[in-house]
Amino acid sequence: MLSTALSIAIGLFVLAWVLNLGRLIFGPSLPDRVLALDTMYINSIALIVLYGIQQSSKLYFEAAMLIALIGFVSTVAVAKYVTRGDIIE
Amino acid sequence: MDSLIEWAVSIFVIIGGVFALVGSIGLTRLPDFYTRLHGPTKATTLGVGGAIMGSLIYFSWQEHALQLHEVLITLFLFITAPVSAHMLAKAAMHRDLKRMRETRGEPWKQ
Repeated sequence: MLSTALSIAIGLFVLAWVLNLGRLIFGPSLPDRVLALDTMYINSIALIVLYGIQQSSKLYFEAAMLIALIGFVSTVAVAKYVTRGDIIE
Repeated sequence: MDSLIEWAVSIFVIIGGVFALVGSIGLTRLPDFYTRLHGPTKATTLGVGGAIMGSLIYFSWQEHALQLHEVLITLFLFITAPVSAHMLAKAAMHRDLKRMRETRGEPWKQ
């Protein structure tokens, strides 16, 4: 029961991830690509959490937290660079 | 009782997956950048929220104690998703991206 539901949810998240990959490749402008990367790291967090449930191990929480922190910082840095041409003025 | 917990975890996890998929379909299908920004920044935070609610219930049941540290990820994403969306919207306004005629309210002309 639970393993079936986890497989379905992982399939849904992977489908979402592949759609984001399409937008990352074919995105017409640079902010579209940054937005696709932003969505991809958020979906990756959910995939890691679901994998942690599947293995019933709590080790994967730290990895998900690190990806959340680094992903936010990198999105803001790239958006700042696109806007200003510089990250820290 | 065990099957009740399994049902709850399964329902939360699948709701999260459906929300994330809807957000990514919005990212793929909507016509211009300002509308595309709308889909994933709202739906994926709910999707991750669903997955993390499932994880929280599962580990609380497994350890026989309340495990609240997973909420940290949800809290962090709820705080940071609007900030990154705001920065991306400012970047798009700066580059003066093409937009649909229906995308109204042009703050750079005021």
